[in-house]
Amino acid sequence: MSWTRKILRVDLSKGSCKSEPLNMEWAKLYLGQRGLASKYLSEEVDPKCDALGPDNKMIMATGPLTGTMASTGGRYSVITKGPLTGAIACSNSGGFFGAELKYAGWDMIIFEGKSDKPVYLLVQDDKAELRSAEHLWGKTAWATDDSIHATHQDPQMRVACIGRTAENGCLYAAIMNDRHRAAGRSGVGTVMASKNLKAVAVRGTQGIGNVDDAEAFASATNDGKAVLAENAVTGQGLPAYGTQVLMNVINGVGGLPARNMRDVGFEGAEHISAEAMAEPRKSDGKPNLTTNGACFGCTIACGRISTVDPTHFSVKDKPQYQGSSGGLEYEAAWSLGADTGIDDLDAITYVNFLCNEDGMDPISYGATVAAAMEMFEDGVITTKETGGIELRFGDAKAFVALTEQFVSGGAFSADLGMGSKRLTEKYGKPDLSMTVKGQEFPAYDPRGIQGIGLNYATSNRGACHLRGYTIASEVLGIPVKTELNDTDGKAELVKAFQDATALVDSAGLCIFTTFAWGMDNIAPQIDAACEGDWSVENCLETGERIWNMERLFNEAAGFTADDDKLPKRLLEEAIKHGPTKGQVSRLGEMLPKYYEARGWTADGKIPDETRQRLSL
Amino acid sequence: MNLNIEFYASLMKYLPPGKSRFRREVKVDDDITLSRLISQFHISEAEAHLVLVNGHFVNCGEDRAQRKLTEGDTVSIWPPVAGG
Ligand code: SF4
Repeated sequence: MSWTRKILRVDLSKGSCKSEPLNMEWAKLYLGQRGLASKYLSEEVDPKCDALGPDNKMIMATGPLTGTMASTGGRYSVITKGPLTGAIACSNSGGFFGAELKYAGWDMIIFEGKSDKPVYLLVQDDKAELRSAEHLWGKTAWATDDSIHATHQDPQMRVACIGRTAENGCLYAAIMNDRHRAAGRSGVGTVMASKNLKAVAVRGTQGIGNVDDAEAFASATNDGKAVLAENAVTGQGLPAYGTQVLMNVINGVGGLPARNMRDVGFEGAEHISAEAMAEPRKSDGKPNLTTNGACFGCTIACGRISTVDPTHFSVKDKPQYQGSSGGLEYEAAWSLGADTGIDDLDAITYVNFLCNEDGMDPISYGATVAAAMEMFEDGVITTKETGGIELRFGDAKAFVALTEQFVSGGAFSADLGMGSKRLTEKYGKPDLSMTVKGQEFPAYDPRGIQGIGLNYATSNRGACHLRGYTIASEVLGIPVKTELNDTDGKAELVKAFQDATALVDSAGLCIFTTFAWGMDNIAPQIDAACEGDWSVENCLETGERIWNMERLFNEAAGFTADDDKLPKRLLEEAIKHGPTKGQVSRLGEMLPKYYEARGWTADGKIPDETRQRLSL
Repeated sequence: MNLNIEFYASLMKYLPPGKSRFRREVKVDDDITLSRLISQFHISEAEAHLVLVNGHFVNCGEDRAQRKLTEGDTVSIWPPVAGG
């Protein structure tokens, strides 16, 4: 089925699980996954509620193409009010969990209330029940996944769960599924922990039926797969090198931030790049990269499976970390590497394993550590706060020790778990937080690349490259090359990327398809699968509607145009050397044009006529 | 004159023998253009997707054909790649 037309509503306070029909009027306006679940959240949750209180809800949602034969059609998202930002949060994940949820017959699960005791939800097709998770509380995400599989003896069961960092209140905890895949950003895992919900285990055997026009769908998805296979990026570049191929590119063009964005350009970039991951190492002749991997139904397979050098200090005496596991993606390699000034590939691969094992967002974690490192070097914090660790940029041993201390809830973990905004405020250095709306930046410097700064500033979930990946155009020339340092046309570019992404995130597809697919490849797949009109125009308008709805949620939560801003460092401290030397972000030139392009008022409000145009 | 070349990802196979991961210093004709340099190393136009001279993009086609290089320039080349 494209939509199963069924929602599972789990009231954790009462311990009940009930089935209800999907609101098809909303489905026609918001499609699925990100869009449709955000509509439910907007209707059912007070945007001013405490993100970690029982009044917040958490929705796990699939899209209409999740579980189908469409390439990359395995995605699901977690939608909630985020504790890191206080804004609407939507974190998207691949792997196999989303497709399994669909096979069990559900479009989404809405969790509400709070359980008295730790529980996990077991879904086996139509049957859903809450079970005690007291024996799982305190376990890592990997141990939880293993334990649930051992209990149910079903290797096909898919598990999404939280690790210890979520239980400890880390505000950027992730929900891990299939061990290495994460609904990673904005602290959706922390919301799950606040509800005493440790895991969701799903087994579905109902398959997919009821595609609106099966023949047209087979034809549209086959055409789509041919485009992905023939495209040099999705057919060759991503499977061979993964996202990590960007490390040298972004460094080369003068857009790679380093050391808490104090610098732009990292001299150690090549040692932590995709090319370095593929090189045989001296100790055992094997490369860091073991193989690539794919999520459900994906014909691109950009995933990285890696091993750490078994003789490396981080894993030498820890055989459990010497096997292969989820490897470095570009954003994690940047935050754990360049942003901390560390060029030790094995050390950051190991830290990335720990982020997966205990469920935390490596972008926010690395960037928060980077802010702490800057404060340590400036003498604002000392070994008294860090539990005896000399927290200096570039020190891999210190970083590994800190991370081991952090995941087990040791010294300094409460501070680091706040994220860089609250951490730097606590120590009186708020300007050292590299965040928007409280969420840490990913791996592109807005001083070197102008459009991405506008996207960060206006992103509904706080700083995020995946809300509108203008890097595709500004650096990679997809679909057309725009100049990095130009601000002209960037307002329209950002809007177009943001709206198209909102649609893709609501369909069940992976955003990486858009390196090859345009809306003219995507819309026919949705149109064939779903009833109603899913023309290119309607798809784009749906994306715009979703973006505006998210903005309305944030507005009601108390956000204003004043939150569409970048840290002072990026507006005032010019890049010191390299091809982008002398540049700062010129956000002020772009923001008014962006509001205008969106049909908003000069102070960033959505006027009635724009609401009416978008049926909001 | 001497130039620095940097070939990345699948283009590393076109690098002449040498020690560094991506970089080589090479001797080329004084009047060489960017597109001639690229073809001298057997890299096709489709493969030379991102081309930087000293960190600045040079678009394919006429821009590369016209672009003269000078002593000490660094030319960096990537095939079609993406991430995120
Ligand atoms: S392109 Fe990568 S992230 Fe996207 S679905 Fe495929 S393997 Fe997963």
